[in-house]
Order: sequence, then structure tokens, then C-alpha cells
Amino acid sequence: SDSLKALVDPRSVPAARPDKTHWPLELLYLGREYPKGGDYFRDRLRAAFARNKAVEDPEQIKALIARGEYVARELEALYYLRKYRAMKKRYYED
Amino acid sequence: MSGRVLVGVKRVIDYAVKIRVKPDNTGVVTDGVKHSMNPFCEIAVEEAVKLKEKKLIKEVVAVSCGPQQSQETIRTALAMGADRGIHVDVSGKDYENLGPLQVSKILAALAKQEDAQLILLGKQAIDDDCNQTGQMTAALLDWPQGTFASEVSLEGDKINLVREIDGGLEHIKINTPAVITADLRLNTPRYATLPNIMKAKKKKIVTVKPADLGVDVTSRLEVLKVEEPPQRQAGRV
Repeated sequence: SDSLKALVDPRSVPAARPDKTHWPLELLYLGREYPKGGDYFRDRLRAAFARNKAVEDPEQIKALIARGEYVARELEALYYLRKYRAMKKRYYED
Repeated sequence: MSGRVLVGVKRVIDYAVKIRVKPDNTGVVTDGVKHSMNPFCEIAVEEAVKLKEKKLIKEVVAVSCGPQQSQETIRTALAMGADRGIHVDVSGKDYENLGPLQVSKILAALAKQEDAQLILLGKQAIDDDCNQTGQMTAALLDWPQGTFASEVSLEGDKINLVREIDGGLEHIKINTPAVITADLRLNTPRYATLPNIMKAKKKKIVTVKPADLGVDVTSRLEVLKVEEPPQRQAGRV
């Protein structure tokens, strides 16, 4: 579909709407610190977008974007927990 | 009341990096090593931004002392919601010798210049673990201090604070203006997303020198040696 193709097209970087979340870029950015490596994450991300590039149904597209948001929140939580646990271990006797 | 909060943010070696001591034992290796905002400073920024979102304060000013790269740390604070930044330019030998006393003098001078109502800092930096800057800054300004804060609430011109201390929690009430240092459980810092990083590019960072603030950054301390902790002996069963 056009909207999903536009998302996957590397030239469609959000110059016009920098305040709006551009999910492929956001996920790529968040995935830099993935425990198994930024490259591993990037490859899986690319594969996921490529798998779904032919999707036309707007409901399905909404669901896919929701999944992207979910992955982003999970990554943020992962990074936060890792840091929190490291700080707790180093600075607090429990 | 200016409603202005100063938040100090320090650029440190990233918490996840394995630290290596320089072969000449003068310090640790920093060249090419990943740096990021001190985790306790992130918590301080988050608290300041939350206060602004609750409309309890008007402006959050992020301050960092160090070389050019300290501006990246200020940019992270701006992406988290700080309004503008002040970069106090300290580099070379001065930066190597920069410690809590000089930073507190700088923060005290800035607090007066910016008419700050509150100074929020991390309780300590994960590189030097001094846990002194907040306390020294409060002393220099003759302001009350709420250190190791795990809960902060503003009540008129006073602050209710819960402090994490050995053996439990301490509830105190202090006047403003004041210095608060953030402990781990104060809040959960937000991640700086790309749209916010983009927005932050439009926010201003002003660079000043310590001399402009009337501060002498000469250190009264000399580092004699830096060495690794002794290797842990294997346990015996």
C-alpha cells in the first residue's frame, strides 16, 4: 500500500513533520542498544517491514503500527530496567 | 518567584561500559569510549520536567560543565523537556581536575544570575561517586538542601521531601529556594524519542566560561594514582 510503502522508503525521512513519530526511524533509533546488537535488531526490523510491505487493509496497517508502538515501549522498558538494576546493584544493599 | 529550576547534568562514561585504567595509572581511558548522561542526573531532569508539566514551575534550565561534548548531554536534557541550556566551557587540564567544589561554585553563581528557585541534581556521579556537589552548592548559597530525595512535593513556598537514609525514610519540609539531589527511586526518566530530539534542536544552549561567572576552577586536589581494584580471589567451597 502507498502509506506503508512511504514508511519503508528510505527517502521518506520526516523532514516535513519532524514532530510526528516516524516509526521505522524511531524503531531503528531505539534498537541501537538492543542486547543482541543493533545490527541484529536492524536486520530483523527490515525483514518485518519487508514482510508487510504489500499490506493494503487500513485495519491491518493500524494493527501493525500498534505493534511497532508496542515494540518501542518494550525496548524503552528493557533499557530502563537494565540501567535501574545496575544502579540498584552497585549502590544499594538490599 | 521566578519559577525557574536549574538542573545540573554531568557527562560520564556510560554505565554499561567496562572501565579500563590507563597504562600510566593517571586515570581511566575516556578516548573513544561511549559517554552518556549520569543516571542520577537523568532522574533530576525528569523530576524538573514533571514539575513543569504540573505547572508548579515555569522553566527548566539544564547546565553542564565540561568540554564541547557536554553540549550533547545538555541536548539530551532538552529532548527530555528542559527549556534551554547553559554550557559552562571547561576543557583540557581544567576539565581533568574539575570536581564538586568548582562545580558548586559555578552552580551557585548561575543560580544567582538566573534567579533560580530550585536546583535539582543527581545525588552523585557514577564516575567519581563524590556525592558532594549538591551539599556544597547549598552551603555556598546558604540554601536548605534535600538530599537523596525519593519523593518531592511542592507546597506553596515550601517543599515536602522524603529522603532515603540508612534504615528507612526521613520526611522533611524545607523552604525555597533550595537544592535537591535525586535518588534512584524518585522517578522513572523518560526516553528521549526522535521527535523530541528534533524539537530540542531549536532550543538554545548558551556557552559561558567559569571566569565570566567569577569562578576560579583551579583544583586544590591532585590525583596521585588510579589503579584497578584487586582481582577477586576465586571463592573456596
